[in-house]
Amino acid sequence: MREAMEQRETVVEVKDLVKKFGDRAVLNGVSLKIRKGETFVIMGGSGCGKSTLLRHMIGNLKPTSGSVFLLGQDITEKYGADLDEVRKKIGMSFQSSALFDSMTVAENVSLPLVEHTKIEPSIIDIMVKMKLELVGLRGFEDLLPSEISGGMKKRVGLARAIAMDPQIIFYDEPTAGLDPIVAAVIDKLIIDLSQKLNVTSVVVTHDMKSVMAIADRIAMLYEGKVLEVGTVDEIKNSPNEMVQQFINGNFDGPIKFFQQKDDYLETLTQ
Amino acid sequence: MKNPILAIGSGALTLGAHTNGVLSLLFNTLSWIVTGPFRKKPVNVRTVFQQMVFAGVQSVVIVFFISLFTGIVIAMQSAYQLKELGAVIYVAPMVAISMARELGPVFTALVIAGRVGSAITAELGTMKVSEQIEALETLALDPVRFLVVPRFLALVIMMPCLTLMSDLIGIAGGFLVGVFNLKINMYRYISFSFDLLTFKDIWTGLIKSLVFGVVISMISCYVGLDTRGGAEGVGKATTLSVVLSFILIVLFDCVITGIFFFSNV
Repeated sequence: MREAMEQRETVVEVKDLVKKFGDRAVLNGVSLKIRKGETFVIMGGSGCGKSTLLRHMIGNLKPTSGSVFLLGQDITEKYGADLDEVRKKIGMSFQSSALFDSMTVAENVSLPLVEHTKIEPSIIDIMVKMKLELVGLRGFEDLLPSEISGGMKKRVGLARAIAMDPQIIFYDEPTAGLDPIVAAVIDKLIIDLSQKLNVTSVVVTHDMKSVMAIADRIAMLYEGKVLEVGTVDEIKNSPNEMVQQFINGNFDGPIKFFQQKDDYLETLTQ
Repeated sequence: MKNPILAIGSGALTLGAHTNGVLSLLFNTLSWIVTGPFRKKPVNVRTVFQQMVFAGVQSVVIVFFISLFTGIVIAMQSAYQLKELGAVIYVAPMVAISMARELGPVFTALVIAGRVGSAITAELGTMKVSEQIEALETLALDPVRFLVVPRFLALVIMMPCLTLMSDLIGIAGGFLVGVFNLKINMYRYISFSFDLLTFKDIWTGLIKSLVFGVVISMISCYVGLDTRGGAEGVGKATTLSVVLSFILIVLFDCVITGIFFFSNV
């Protein structure tokens, strides 16, 4: 099975990506290859650059150096209409759902279809119902985003992301801030989508339970660099102490959260 | 304390960058309006009408009151001076001309900047900080076409309409003072107003209002899309948008008046 995986074509490729905000390098030479049909999880602590990496993959940020290939095309060189052509083939589920709050649930999901296709309105209505059915929401079409719960918003965001039947779906913290049951429902959805529709999923998260449930392969990011890439088992049995500290959620380890005593005294007395 | 020369330099650079930003947004907006239909991505007419209702129709009441009382005040203030000269009848053209050339366009623009410009900035700013703008881009929808163009068109169409309405209501305000307080014959008041009011007075005012419509829509959209930093950022952006619009309205008013004044059109 492992070999079958490795023979699959690469759909997302990140090469030596560097992103600097001012003097601070948020991404410091990241290289990754994501293959067709797999669920690839990017994990790491807060502020390690994983959301920034995701924004480069969807073309919303341009790198300081390096490149990103999406479905074989270098999107770091693309702007405007050219970039939009590639974007029509991907979907993105945002951390804050990012639903358009002046539009109803149905209008949110149908927007890409209305704007990018010439499908009859009556057929779009049916497609919207199907997409909402896929995420387990029926009968909420006419509500506004402000009238539904956080978990439902996440699922509507997901329905909107899959409206155009994308080949790759990007998820930014899909389970953050949700109760364990809704989180499990979202995990199930991600697995179902990749198995039923054979879409590639790229998930950014630090929810370890979710990672272990959905991932085919995992990349651990630390301080703007890829620490390790591997399957779930490889990561679980990784000899790297930083990886072990992260997946077990230990307070003590090589990743220091608090400053050392001497430094602390020094900064206080400065 | 920062080096003052450095501060001036970096200030000038920031100003230059933002001016460039506003101008390229304007260029982008205009090119969507012109080329959109050929690229099979025309402007959504329904959204334009929604914005026109918000910016225009729902501003009628406030423009009505501002213009009516402005007209009344101008009539009373000018009568106070003209009485000395025994030329009270000149209150009529005085009100008509100052409303058409100056007060109609400028007061309407200030009201719209406060009522509509602030709302646009707050809306786009909230969309920016809640990732909605990013979501639009990811759905391969250009925020300029989708959000800026309808607001621009709505303001550019509605500003001259509101200004024309403001001119007429201001003149009506002056009429009330002239007829009921100064005891000028009402037919004489009307005919004297429109005899001295030339077509030029009206169209120069309407050109001003058109420019103000461009200024308000561009500033409010640019500042809105440039918002960062959560709820506080939205608040700051909204204030900035109104302050900037006010300053630019008065500045452009001065420049346009100067052009008409010196070119003797």
